[in-house]
Amino acid sequence: MQGGPENTTTIDERHSSRVTFEVNGASREVTLDNRTTVLDALREHLDLTGAKKGCDHGQCGSCTVLLDGRRVKSCLIFAVTVDGRSVVTVEGLAGPDELSPLQAAFIAHDAFQCGYCTPGQLCSARGMLDEVSQGWPSAVTDDLNTSAELTDAEIRERMAGNLCRCAAYPHIVAAVRETAASS
Amino acid sequence: MKAFRYHRPANVAEAVAVLAAEPQAAYLGGGTNLVDLMKLGVQRPDVLVDVTRLPLDTVEELPDGGLRIGATVRNSDLAAHPVVRRAYPVLARALLAAASGQLRNMATTGGNLLQRTRCVYFQDTGKACNKREPGSGCAALHGQNRDLAVLDWSEQCVATHPSDLAVALAALDTVVEVHEADGPRDIPIAEFYRSPGTHPERETTVARGALITAVRLPPLPAARRSTYLKVRDRASFAFAAGSVAAVLDLDGDVVRDVRLAYGAVAHRPWRAYRAEEALRGRPFSPELAARAADAELAEARPLRHNGFKLPLTRAITVRALTELASS
Repeated sequence: MQGGPENTTTIDERHSSRVTFEVNGASREVTLDNRTTVLDALREHLDLTGAKKGCDHGQCGSCTVLLDGRRVKSCLIFAVTVDGRSVVTVEGLAGPDELSPLQAAFIAHDAFQCGYCTPGQLCSARGMLDEVSQGWPSAVTDDLNTSAELTDAEIRERMAGNLCRCAAYPHIVAAVRETAASS
Repeated sequence: MKAFRYHRPANVAEAVAVLAAEPQAAYLGGGTNLVDLMKLGVQRPDVLVDVTRLPLDTVEELPDGGLRIGATVRNSDLAAHPVVRRAYPVLARALLAAASGQLRNMATTGGNLLQRTRCVYFQDTGKACNKREPGSGCAALHGQNRDLAVLDWSEQCVATHPSDLAVALAALDTVVEVHEADGPRDIPIAEFYRSPGTHPERETTVARGALITAVRLPPLPAARRSTYLKVRDRASFAFAAGSVAAVLDLDGDVVRDVRLAYGAVAHRPWRAYRAEEALRGRPFSPELAARAADAELAEARPLRHNGFKLPLTRAITVRALTELASS
């Protein structure tokens, strides 16, 4: 579906853009075909292969990154649209030689098997915990007018955008629960 | 994917002018539907007009007690808005029942209303689809049509509208504010969406190139007692097998006012006027709610695989209204 002669079209200046955006705290500038997603820009142009391509259609969550602090699916965002904005990938959640509390909890709770979905799970959980701290409700929140307590049901609902085909879900829930409780 | 030019307009008038000048241009909002359809080859714009940086991202309380929601307000921000949570819970619930946390952070109010059907034949360029390719036929009519329409479909198209937000907005008598080439215009949501008829490629009554700039909720104190009930094939992150937006206003046990709209049953969010009429002025009971749903669904024509939507829609009508009556 994505192949075909269209992909061999010569890209002129009309169909490409110079994009400047911040990635993990550093300003990056690249010239990209307008069709390039944030995910492909990160992986193919900026050597940041943490964010993963699973479905490439916004369904699996393995490409999740933080855009201006919010979790989003980088496979459905054209890089040209994030000019001037800030992206954080799994590589930016902690320094190169350290683990964020969330990453440490994932290891402590054995919250992965193959690990392919893990960068997306981590970025999603990071964004989700910030949403909870801002008092955002979810579909399983009983009273919309109070801040929800982060029960396991809340964690599961809020993490529904991230699939794990190894089904490490119970351990992911435990890791997120522990991180929330200790922060 | 077809190569495209990218344009970031300075204001609404410029955005609308680009669409008027470029026959294959499309507006880009959150991209959660359009980018996917571009990857699938279903939509092939040669210019994208990125409207997400236009100043349409505010939620404003109106002097009459209503609410104006800018077209680029993200679904997550709208669901978390304190006035929406307090005064229009049906709207917050509909938003929270849709998609995933990441997608709600991306999807815009205007884009949500204009998203395309998830009919698998529409999404597959190898299949006949009158909506995608007018005149090519409808592979869904006698195909796998479990997810498709039971009301108001035509021989040309049996697609359903996928939005949860639009169902809540239909129940609330929302006004859609659009900007067309000749200026701004208000359209009641009941007149915004089309039946498929012989032109399923036309989904709304506005001209191509019209930009939604806002939606306006009228004041509706009764909406404080409202909810959105959605049934899916899994617990979360799925489109509706059936859904109902409900507002209930009781005087004692008598139904003073009621608003009902259904999702996943038709080409448009389905305002259930007949059910409302069957309920209004009568003492509420679950049995009355069931009869009201039956009145609404009397003219339904289920397809081969989706007859279950009738008892399902009936059941969620009863459940939603009964919960509201006892709340």
